[in-house]
Amino acid sequence: KQPSRRRSGRPARRPATMEKARPLWANPLQFVFACISYAVGLGNVWRFPYLCQMYGGGSFLVPYLIMLIVEGMPLLYLELAVGQRMRQGSIGAWRTISPYLSGVGVASVVVSFFLSMYYNVINAWAFWYLFHSFQDPLPWSVCPLNANHTGFDAECEQASSTKYFWYRKTLNISPSIQDSGSLQWEPALCLLLAWLVVYLCILRGTESTGKVVYFTASMPYCVLIIYLIRGLTLHGATNPGSGIGGLVPFELEQLANPKAWINAATQIFFSLGLGFGSLIAFASYNEPSNNCQKHAIIVSLINSSTSIFASVVTFSIYGFKATFNYESCLNKVILLLTNSFDLEDGFLTASNLEQVKGYLASTYPDQYSKVFPLIKNCSLESELDTAVQGTGLAFIVYTEAIKNMEVSQLWSVLYFFMLLMLGIGSMLGNTAAILTPLTDSKAISRHLPKEAISGLVCLLNCAVGLVFTLEAGNYWFDIFNDYAATLSLLLIVLVETIAVCYVYGLRRFESDLQAMTGRTLSWYWKIMWAGVSPLLIISLLLFYLSDYILTGTLQYQAWDASQGQLVTKDYPAYALAVIGLLVASSTMCIPLVALGTFVWRRLRRGDPAPVA
Amino acid sequence: MWWLLFFLVTAIRAELCQPDAENAFKVRLSIRTALGDKAVSGEPAKEYRINKVVFLWSVKISPNRRGILISHVLLCNITQRVSFWFVVTDPTKNYTLPADEIQSAIRMNRNRINSAFSLNDQTLEFLKIPSTLAPPTDPSVPIWIIIFGVVFCIVIVAITLLVLSGIRQRRRKNKEPSEVDDTEDKSENTITIENGIPCDPLDTKGWHINDTFMTEDERLTPL
Repeated sequence: KQPSRRRSGRPARRPATMEKARPLWANPLQFVFACISYAVGLGNVWRFPYLCQMYGGGSFLVPYLIMLIVEGMPLLYLELAVGQRMRQGSIGAWRTISPYLSGVGVASVVVSFFLSMYYNVINAWAFWYLFHSFQDPLPWSVCPLNANHTGFDAECEQASSTKYFWYRKTLNISPSIQDSGSLQWEPALCLLLAWLVVYLCILRGTESTGKVVYFTASMPYCVLIIYLIRGLTLHGATNPGSGIGGLVPFELEQLANPKAWINAATQIFFSLGLGFGSLIAFASYNEPSNNCQKHAIIVSLINSSTSIFASVVTFSIYGFKATFNYESCLNKVILLLTNSFDLEDGFLTASNLEQVKGYLASTYPDQYSKVFPLIKNCSLESELDTAVQGTGLAFIVYTEAIKNMEVSQLWSVLYFFMLLMLGIGSMLGNTAAILTPLTDSKAISRHLPKEAISGLVCLLNCAVGLVFTLEAGNYWFDIFNDYAATLSLLLIVLVETIAVCYVYGLRRFESDLQAMTGRTLSWYWKIMWAGVSPLLIISLLLFYLSDYILTGTLQYQAWDASQGQLVTKDYPAYALAVIGLLVASSTMCIPLVALGTFVWRRLRRGDPAPVA
Repeated sequence: MWWLLFFLVTAIRAELCQPDAENAFKVRLSIRTALGDKAVSGEPAKEYRINKVVFLWSVKISPNRRGILISHVLLCNITQRVSFWFVVTDPTKNYTLPADEIQSAIRMNRNRINSAFSLNDQTLEFLKIPSTLAPPTDPSVPIWIIIFGVVFCIVIVAITLLVLSGIRQRRRKNKEPSEVDDTEDKSENTITIENGIPCDPLDTKGWHINDTFMTEDERLTPL
């Protein structure tokens, strides 16, 4: 006679699973790779090098590493532990901690939804550039001709061929956010493809995701190593003051700059992807006995070292590009002088330029004064000083450097493939954050299979994401990029930390973890969770709030086709309304759901007081 | 000797060829840029002579003009750069041919002139004669669409296969009644876990089952 399964004596918070058991990662390595693939994203490549350059090169590493140890590792461990303990997605996990706090989970899902809407557009652009890399010459290396074939297109002449390709051919950007323009079918197609690829990877849940992350986590490192070797051998990469030299300066006075510390904290925070619910989702698929402390330390260390590694590569690319531009500038000046004064061809070189200029100024003063306004002052420092971040770095600066390398098609393909891997890896985490609560919920998963839920989410995101393929789409992208996830995440993680430490109880959580993993919780984590990290997040929140309030009207950078450069404009009222809506819709979830739960419980009289 | 004759000829007709004269064009050669270290000092003279021959030839292509010789092409104001001005006179050497004709003749034959000297539009410049830039060769179907189509089809096929196999597995699972939870996920843990302790070992490892426990079980209300 087969005994039936029965509940254990102790009132289990998680009843024995009588139906389908939770899917798991095939081995812990898949979990680690999934976390790495999610955390190591585009921000490591295009935000960290910018911060290094702004805050004194090597000296930025000091606040960065301190923040990693004080803020990054504890918060990452907290999220992984919560996910592994509760074994549910973000909504379910926080509901288990306290029914009033399931709003935190809802807020996470909303923020993840916003993020996946606009993040996949970057993958679409990466696809676009990848497909265009198979041409000889690269389409962004030459300007197209104007109508009567006597010269180059005017906009392209004013800007550069790489900027033209980005702003005109890829985005077909309109002059301001008010001119929405029409849907661009080429980026729209690429967006569709990007969503199909994401769907393919998440279709089967952990089974498919677990295999894909092996590739998306490791491939970017291969490309970065290849680029490092190539980058270091490029002309101008190792100039003192440029290239790798950018990381060497150690300006101690930057350590006293509070902005450096704030940016370090912010970078660690967002780079690890805390608060989106993706880490909770990934950890919920773990074996309960998994050593998530070790994994948290490993993932955060790998994330930070990847940032530093990517900066070395980026700086060598900067050095190469700056040297190349500087030398082209010099050559243009030499040609100008040679033609104006009919000097012998080849007589003027970079070394004797200054002396000859002085000689010409004294010998032919009026002719020289006519030519003088046209002579540009070429300086290597000013070329290097152009610190760029974001899509500008990835799609303009890097492509400009790549087009000057030999066999540029190969380097271009490698680079955009790496961007794709980084982007898709992060997308897997974002979609997991949305899908895990949905598939956990009995109401939905009873009616629809997992594939259908994933398909619907991808379809909805893709449809809304088409907004970013309008002519003004890039402006909306910047709005989402700057405001959708910043303040809300800080608040979400703050509430999370307080919830675990004070609402659930740090002692209770500690004993849960001990029962689950068999390891005691070190005093270090306890201090960080209960004290240091919340204080840090509160100070970050206060800083950002005051910064937003003090700045007054928000402005954005619009592309001016006639000048061939970016100009600053004010956001119109409806754009400000959208920004407000973005921030409010996620942050308001927390109090609204708490209020709603309170009211609901009041209505159902006779319910016991809420105890998690 | 050629050199002397050449100077003589140009000296006589100096008044027709002046910088910025009517129908005069300036030519600029960048031999060192083009040839690099292979350029030697004797080259310029040779270039002038060949230039005149080619000018003559290109002007001859112009249909209305006949009888134009080398000597009708006058050079002046030669600088160290190397640059010089030239005019093309008519057979009577009294007046210069109009600029438009020269311009169109040179524009049409630019490629031949360039290739004769292994120079290009940047190293052999005719000021005020804009060169016709070669448009980049565009294939009829842009390459990126082809690659996009290939990748798109592969992804669609993969998705269809995965979805179909999922449906098939689910249908197979629905056919057999099962207590053991089996799913499409091979990685799924089929061991029921209760508070971290797997249950199955208690059931299937052939341990002794306590009968008292069993009877208690029946008295309990089912879940």
